Amino acid sequence: MAEHIVMIIGKPVVLDCVREAERRIAGTSFMEYLPMGGSVKMVEETLKLAYGDNSQFIKDKRIAAVQSLSGTGACRLFADFQNRFCPASQIYIPVPTWSNHHNIWRDAQVPQKTYHYYHPETKGLDFKGLMDDVKNAPEGSFFLLHACAHNPTGVDPTEEQWREISQLFKAKKHFAFFDMAYQGFASGDPARDAKSIRIFLEDGHHIGISQSYAKNMGLYGQRVGCLSVLCEDEKQAVTVKSQLQQLARPMYSNPPLHGAQIVSTILGDPELKSLWLKEVKIMADRIIGMRTTLRDSLEKLGSPLSWEHIGMFCYSGLTPEQVDRLTSEYHIYMTRNGRISMAGVTTGNVGYLANAIHEVTKSS
Amino acid sequence: MDSVFSNVVRAPEDPILGVTVAYNNDPSPAKLNLGVGAYRTEEGKPLVLDVVRRAEQQLVNDPSRVKEYIPIAGLADFNKLSAKLILGADSPAIQESRVATIQCLSGTGSLRVGAEFLKKHYHQSVIFIPKPTWGNHPKVFNLAGLSVEYYRYYDPATRGLDFQGLLEDLGAAPSGAIVLLHACAHNPTGVDPTSEQWEQIRQLMRSKSLLPFFDSAYQGFASGSLDTDAHAVRIFVADGGECLIAQSYAKNMGLYGERVGALSIVCKSADVASKVESQVKLVVRPMYSSPPIHGASIVATILKSSDMYNDWTIELKGMADRIINMRQQLFEALQAKGTPGDWSHIIKQIGMFTFTGLNKEQVAFMTKEYHIYMTSDGRISMAGLSSKTVPHLVEAIHAAVTRVA
Repeated sequence: MAEHIVMIIGKPVVLDCVREAERRIAGTSFMEYLPMGGSVKMVEETLKLAYGDNSQFIKDKRIAAVQSLSGTGACRLFADFQNRFCPASQIYIPVPTWSNHHNIWRDAQVPQKTYHYYHPETKGLDFKGLMDDVKNAPEGSFFLLHACAHNPTGVDPTEEQWREISQLFKAKKHFAFFDMAYQGFASGDPARDAKSIRIFLEDGHHIGISQSYAKNMGLYGQRVGCLSVLCEDEKQAVTVKSQLQQLARPMYSNPPLHGAQIVSTILGDPELKSLWLKEVKIMADRIIGMRTTLRDSLEKLGSPLSWEHIGMFCYSGLTPEQVDRLTSEYHIYMTRNGRISMAGVTTGNVGYLANAIHEVTKSS
Repeated sequence: MDSVFSNVVRAPEDPILGVTVAYNNDPSPAKLNLGVGAYRTEEGKPLVLDVVRRAEQQLVNDPSRVKEYIPIAGLADFNKLSAKLILGADSPAIQESRVATIQCLSGTGSLRVGAEFLKKHYHQSVIFIPKPTWGNHPKVFNLAGLSVEYYRYYDPATRGLDFQGLLEDLGAAPSGAIVLLHACAHNPTGVDPTSEQWEQIRQLMRSKSLLPFFDSAYQGFASGSLDTDAHAVRIFVADGGECLIAQSYAKNMGLYGERVGALSIVCKSADVASKVESQVKLVVRPMYSSPPIHGASIVATILKSSDMYNDWTIELKGMADRIINMRQQLFEALQAKGTPGDWSHIIKQIGMFTFTGLNKEQVAFMTKEYHIYMTSDGRISMAGLSSKTVPHLVEAIHAAVTRVA
């Protein structure tokens, strides 16, 4: 009996904290325009997540930050800003990466280069390749880094590796732009998932960050996120923010209200925030559980391949032809690069999935 | 460490949104904000339409709703209903599937996405825009990579349309050039062509293969009638030709902050429309992936229920009527005061704004002495006026006109 398993982005879920926030918002507020830079309250709470609740940078008002259209919008605003104010620069993008990253910097007319990231043989991080590319890039280059839960591989540097990367960036005076789309969702602990960013901040880098609430608050369709750039001082932060707004105004004038209200309501209320953190941990734990179950099932089936690499995404190593077989013979849908989103795997389908993967790979 | 952005200089305040910033900073109790085009009630309060509240409640009480990504092109039923709203339910273009409609972020987003699409796929990259126009228009088109030219529009002498100038300038435009048209309630002047003039414009444009790009931000809000305010768009579509339309629900549904709008591209064939839609999606994805769901869900809920739709038209007419009433009151009060000049343009112009004809110095005077906030081009938002505040405005105009050159 064939089952349809949609695993492109995983099963949608509305968090209880979100439902409660929506109940509070409905019928109570006006729908006036937000400022060009978005909801001040939402941005403040969002910066705390990335930079730390007691971040000195926030206290010193050194962060230029605007509400953005989720992670995509934050990356695009930054890319447009980079194009306008650093016109000679390029962006270094990891191989592989979320496919839309290439489209974003291309449409912003910023030339792209790549750096080594994934090692297909080990299905892990090509740390040596990465460090070589960072070293060989011209001084002052711009790099796109995935803060945690690298998409699509699920492979992240260790804390020690992040420290080495940060030191090399310092020596080369590179600019680090972090795409953080999975904070809280990767390990279950938002502070832990922001570790890479915190290391760079400790080491004195002036970084840029794209944050998204699409996954960790389930607010996919609301398009709510934040772009921030750490500046030298408050004056520069005001300046940079004013220029980010100049890029937002001819794109959409000001960002949408509803998602920002949900975020502010939740993060601004200690009880709701606490509920959110619980729910994020439950989501993350479920995915971690599924990773383990999938790996164990494949190993039990006697798969000739290694499945230790399964992270938040499983970059399965399946070939496009194997993926096509999964679809046509087993009604399992995934992207043709073989990426499986663990969020779509459930106790109900993990056995079926393991069996199907084994069938198409057992002669590998 | 040195910042890589040390060369960045501070950007000036947005001239329109900056007015509200200045207004908010003014401690005077007599202050009046006639800057941004957001509707205010007689009591000077923002308004959330009753049907919008009802739609909100419906959505929040529906447990089957999930908040996953919506498609790149937005909500399908929202798109269909939006096309119907602007083109008319019986539009052959819709029946023949010749319209590609993509949900976008209000009017701004629809204009930007449309402009980026044209830059990538259309053979001409010049757009002619009216002089004057909404301050954000040139920026939107420039950032999309189009070059901007102006056509004459407003005649300061008559405070009306410079129709001869318009025809001459569009007549001199290169074949295939894009032309931005305000569908109704021209912003900032409130001056619209008559339907005879629209017909002449249509004929001229079609004879030169000029591509119309309509900005429809006030449908229903200008005259009180959704169909009347769509007239210009519909005569162009009725001739079988192609055009782009940017629709906004910011004013006519009061959904300002939710950023709800739609870009429709009317094409010669269903096949073209389908291909066009696929390319527009490629513009959207690297910009923001997909549009925000909430506002569009509210709109779809209202448009698909005949009861709610009818109730909406009544509330919409109520807003339009209040604005028309404010025009009348302001005009009569200036007459009664004996303020020098011909103020009949106040009641001839249509929509949310009146182009008063006051100059920069007079505007600055009114702000300084009377705490009245408006854009420096003399544009006032009639929606920001009430019966109570008309006398204060009249005092200020009278003083400005008699004391400041």
